Amino acid sequence: MSSNVELEPGVTPESGLVTTDSFDNLGQMGSSLEEIKSASAVSQSQESNESNSHYDEFDESPNCMETTAKEDADLEEYKEWANKKNHVFVLSLAGKPIYSRHGNEDKLAWLFGVMQTLVSFVQSNDDCITSIQAGDTVFIFLVKRPLIMVAVSKTQDCIYQLISQLNYVFNQITSMLTLTRLNRIYEQRQNYDLRRLLSGVERLIDHLLDFSEMEPSFFLGAVQCLSLATSIRDSISSTIVSACSKIKNLVFAILLADNKLITLVRMKKYYLHPADLHLIFNLVQASESLKNSESWTPLCLPHFDPSGFLYGHVSYLSEDCQACLLLLTVERDIFFTLSEAKQRIVEKLRRGNCLQAINESLNAKEDTCANAGFTELRHYLYKCKSTAQFYQPSLSPPYVLSKQRLIDLYKRAYQRLHCTTRPLKLLFERSSDEVILAWDTKGFELYIIFEPLIDTTSAISLVTKLLNWIKKKEERLFHLTSPTFLK
Amino acid sequence: MKTVVGKVVVLGYQGVGKTSTVIRYVENTFTKQIAPTVGASFFTRKIRVEDTVVTLQIWDTAGQERFKAMAPMFYRNANAALLIFDITSKTSFESMKGWVQELKGNVEEPMVLVVVGNKIDLAAKREVSRDEALQYSKSIGASYLECSAMTDQCTLADKICAEIVLLLFQGVGVIFDKIAIGLLSLSGQNVAHTLKVYDNEIMAPSSELEATDTANEETVNISIKSIAHGRSVGWKCC
Repeated sequence: MSSNVELEPGVTPESGLVTTDSFDNLGQMGSSLEEIKSASAVSQSQESNESNSHYDEFDESPNCMETTAKEDADLEEYKEWANKKNHVFVLSLAGKPIYSRHGNEDKLAWLFGVMQTLVSFVQSNDDCITSIQAGDTVFIFLVKRPLIMVAVSKTQDCIYQLISQLNYVFNQITSMLTLTRLNRIYEQRQNYDLRRLLSGVERLIDHLLDFSEMEPSFFLGAVQCLSLATSIRDSISSTIVSACSKIKNLVFAILLADNKLITLVRMKKYYLHPADLHLIFNLVQASESLKNSESWTPLCLPHFDPSGFLYGHVSYLSEDCQACLLLLTVERDIFFTLSEAKQRIVEKLRRGNCLQAINESLNAKEDTCANAGFTELRHYLYKCKSTAQFYQPSLSPPYVLSKQRLIDLYKRAYQRLHCTTRPLKLLFERSSDEVILAWDTKGFELYIIFEPLIDTTSAISLVTKLLNWIKKKEERLFHLTSPTFLK
Repeated sequence: MKTVVGKVVVLGYQGVGKTSTVIRYVENTFTKQIAPTVGASFFTRKIRVEDTVVTLQIWDTAGQERFKAMAPMFYRNANAALLIFDITSKTSFESMKGWVQELKGNVEEPMVLVVVGNKIDLAAKREVSRDEALQYSKSIGASYLECSAMTDQCTLADKICAEIVLLLFQGVGVIFDKIAIGLLSLSGQNVAHTLKVYDNEIMAPSSELEATDTANEETVNISIKSIAHGRSVGWKCC
C-alpha cells in the first residue's frame, strides 16, 4: 500500500487554513489584530475606551435553590436529567454556575459546588485534576482560567474528543466576549455571574455541542468544501477580491453554504484556523435571524486573536441563493462600505452565473459511494492534512437513519490512530456489521467503511482506486487556491 | 419629490421583541422562537408621507448586555429612536428608561422618540400599565404606542374632540409611520443637521452615511427639551 502514498489528492502548496494540530493553544497566534491595525497606521486610540466603560456596574443575581414541595415531579425530572448521556458544565473558578447542557443551572448549584471543590482540592496540592473514571461514566475536567469546563459522559467517546469539545465550548464563550474581557471581569469580581453577559449564548453552545457530536469536521479538524468547478470557484474568489480591492483592513471574506466552505479570501500573512471556522459555521447555522437582513456582528476568533473583536458584515447572497457571506474586518465603522461591496459581489456573481452554479451544487448533493461506482464501500472520510480540508460522500444505507453510529465508528477509528500512547498508522477492523479501514499518512488521513464481507486484497485495491478517483476530482472537491486581498 | 433620509435605532432590553417588530414590519412575518440578534441588523424602508419620501435606515440592535458597548455606534447620529419594552416585564420598562438616559447623555441633536410597549397579546400578564408608560413617554417628549408583533396589531391613545380615545390599528406599520412623520417634521424645523434632506429623489450614496461611526464619543449633556417630539403632522387616523 505504501506505493499509494505519493497520491495525495487535494494537496496544494498554500492553504488559507492553518493546519497545525495544536488546537488548544490559544496564545499561539497572538495579537494579529494589533498587527493589522498598526500596519495600516490608523490611529484607533479611542478603540478601547468604550469597551472599558461597561464593566463597572456588576451586580450579582442570587442563586436561588428552590426547595418546593413538588418533590415527586422533581425526582422524575432529576432522573431524566441524570440519564442524559453527555453532560457539559461550565463554571467560574469560584464555583458560580455558567452553563449546563441539560437542566437548569440554578437547580444544580450544589453540583457546581462539588465540581469546584474537586478542582480546588487537587489544585491545593499543586496538581490539576483531568479526569475521573467511575464505572462506565467518565468525568473530564478542563481548567482554563478563568473558567472550569466539565464533561460527564456515558458514551464510549474518548477522552481526547471530550476535551476537544470542552475547548470548543471555551472558545465559543471567548468568541462572544474576548478572552481579555473575560479575564478582566474575573479580575474585578471573582464572584461575577457570567450568565448575565452570556444570555443568548446558551443556544449557541447547545448547538455547538450537538454539531460537534454529529459532524466529522470537528474531530478531523478540517472543513468540507462545496463541490464546484474550479473555474466557478476561482471566479467567485476573484469577484470578491476585486470588489473589496479598495477596502482597507478587511481580514477575511468567507462564503459558505449548507455547512460547507465555498471560498475563503484572506489578507496576506493571515490564516484562519479550522476551529475558528467551525465557530463561524456554528454561528451562521444557529442564527436564523441572519437570514432576514444584513448584520453587523462583533466576533472574536480565539485562534486568530483572543484579545479583540473582528467586525463582520454578515448577509446571505440573495433570496434565491442561500449562501452566507461574511466580510470580517478590524474596522468598526465600515458597515456601509462592506454593504456596497457585497452588492457589487452579488451583482457580478449573478452576471457570471455563479449564483446558479452554487444553487446547482447545493441541490445536487454529493455522490454516494455507489453512485461513484464503489459498490463495496459504504462511506468514507478523506482529509488532506496540508489544507485542513476533507471530503465525504453522501450518506447511504444503512447509515442514513443511524448517522450517530457511523460518526461513532469514525471517532473510534480516529482515536485509535491518534492516541498518544500507541498511535497507529493503519487500522483494519472487521466486525459483523462492517469493516473499517483507517490510514494515516504524511499527507492525508483516510477512513473507509466497507461491506463486512470484503477481503483484504480487494479492500486494498479499492483504496488505490478511491484515491485515484478523489485525485481526478480534487479540483471540484477542494479549495485548492488560497486567494488573498490585493494589498 | 423631496426625500428625507433618517437613521432609526431600535433599542430595548433582550427579548422584548425588537427584531420581531421590525421583521413584522419589513417582511410581515412572525417567528415565535426567533434567535437573538447578534450585534445589529440593518434594514431600509421607504415611507411616503404626503409629498415626501422618508427613507428609514433602521438599525435593529441586540438587547443582550454584552452588546451594550456597541450601542453608541448605532445611536450616534441617529435621527430617531424606537424604544421598545415588554408590557409583561417591569425590568424591560426600567431598562428602556436607561436607554433614554443614555441617549440624552450622548446624543446632541434632536431626535424623534417613539416608545412602544410590545406583547399586548399577553395583556393578562401585564406589569406595566398603559398610564404609567404614557406618562413617562410624555415626560420625555416621546410618542407612545402599544403593539403586538405576533398579532400585528397596534394601539394608540389619541385625543379626539377633547376626549382620549384608544385607537386600534391593524399592522405595526403605524409605529414606523409615526417615526417617518416625526422625521419629516424634524426636517422642516431645520434643527437636525445629520438628517439628510434631498430635493429630488436622487439618493446620496450610502457610504456618505456614517451609521456606525463612533470615533468620538460625545458626553454633552442636553436638556430634555431639545429632544424633538414625535408629534404627528398631517396624521390621518382611522
